[in-house]
Amino acid sequence: MTIHFVVHDEGDSVGVVVVEGLKAGTSLNGWIMDQDRMMAFDAKSDIPIGHKLAIRPIAKGDTIMKYGVDIGRAVADIGAGEHLHVHNVKTKRW
Amino acid sequence: MGLNLRDASFEGWRRENGRMGVRNHVIILPVDDLSNAAAEAVANNIKGALAIPHAYGRLQFGADLELHFRTLIGTGTNPNVAGVIVIGIEPGWTGRIVEGIAKSGKPVEGFAIEQNGDINTIASASRAAYRLVKHASKLKKTRAPLVELWVSTKCGESDTTSGLASCPTVGNSYDKLWANGNTLVFGETTELTGGEHLVAARCKTPEIRAQFQAMFDRYQRVVEANKTNDLSDSQPTKGNIEGGLTTIEEKALGNITKIGKKCTVDGVLDKAEVPTHSGLWFMDSSSAAAEMVTLCAASGFAVHTFPTGQGNVIGNPILPVIKLTANPRTQRTMSEHIDVDVTGLLQKQMNMDEAGEALLDCILRTAEGELTAAELLGHREFSLTRLYESA
Repeated sequence: MTIHFVVHDEGDSVGVVVVEGLKAGTSLNGWIMDQDRMMAFDAKSDIPIGHKLAIRPIAKGDTIMKYGVDIGRAVADIGAGEHLHVHNVKTKRW
Repeated sequence: MGLNLRDASFEGWRRENGRMGVRNHVIILPVDDLSNAAAEAVANNIKGALAIPHAYGRLQFGADLELHFRTLIGTGTNPNVAGVIVIGIEPGWTGRIVEGIAKSGKPVEGFAIEQNGDINTIASASRAAYRLVKHASKLKKTRAPLVELWVSTKCGESDTTSGLASCPTVGNSYDKLWANGNTLVFGETTELTGGEHLVAARCKTPEIRAQFQAMFDRYQRVVEANKTNDLSDSQPTKGNIEGGLTTIEEKALGNITKIGKKCTVDGVLDKAEVPTHSGLWFMDSSSAAAEMVTLCAASGFAVHTFPTGQGNVIGNPILPVIKLTANPRTQRTMSEHIDVDVTGLLQKQMNMDEAGEALLDCILRTAEGELTAAELLGHREFSLTRLYESA
């Protein structure tokens, strides 16, 4: 079974796509690494390898969690399964 | 666990100061930019001599000049170097670097260009380099336990796969080397931003934690004083963003996985300072790959581990750089740059202990003389850190 995305920790907001050429609508197998558990999901956007998808609905202003730690804030609403990157998330530092 | 580190050993060269090296370079080290041409001519004359040209060394002063001297002296003193020819425009600073390297007991000779000219300097320095390369070629290798190998790390062109897999692979090997009593280092001060509390929590004593925090806070003030935006064009880099990293916090959390889960931070170093005991050291440093790896070499490290996501191609003139990636696209398109393929981690085809062992195996093979991808491809990036303008 191909793993399409990997999540560090079950409390995270995001998963990382680990296959090339992922298209919107694909049924995805996700692996939650720290708990060694699988999850299923549908991609709502085309997402390049290494880029992130939201694994739950995120509202503008929400804190994004990865590794179980704060990695920044949403500057737009982000639907579950959508591409999450510099267009909708910014640093809280600097 | 397959590899018993206590019994592991490698064959290298024991230097005059007792340190074990894994390469046997004779280097031609310019004091300043003006002396690069002569240094390169000497290396061209004498086969087996390696020139290390660089851009600086004039009109520096204060802490910036001290760092210049410390980096060049440290480079010459590194145990992967058998002997050094120093060439400078004038004899004063040339002599200072020669004296610094000579303290290690290593053969070193200095040459100044003023009142000799390039041609006479090249002739004299070439004769000395001839003798040094001859001397180095006669040195016998000796076997030493793995604990005598100093190992450094720095990642580059990171992406999300770095934090998921290739950086934790280094972390797994660091945990094992640290338990074995090896001397280790990490750095990249601004690239801890967002995860600095995690590093602080790993410091062995309150004193070390305070020293680390002071170094971190100082670097933040440099960013705050000089930034023109949120640094989103620089940190993360364009390559990081292409690879899916969104914020400095996300990048930092991936970076920090290089120090594993068990090691404590046992001390802090200023740039190019030499560790005084075994354990894991934090070096206050730039996060630019060539600058950081150059500083690791100047601090005396003998093998470097370099996780990459998007495919940084870096090497160093004297410090073998082992690259590993977990990104299947990078492995597919740039495999000639990768020494250890850990892409299997992301498909559960290998576990973290297996990846860590694969890296340790490569570290040992490299220590025994097997060439790295960067060595085979001729990557010899040598990049001096500057603290401020020249006078």
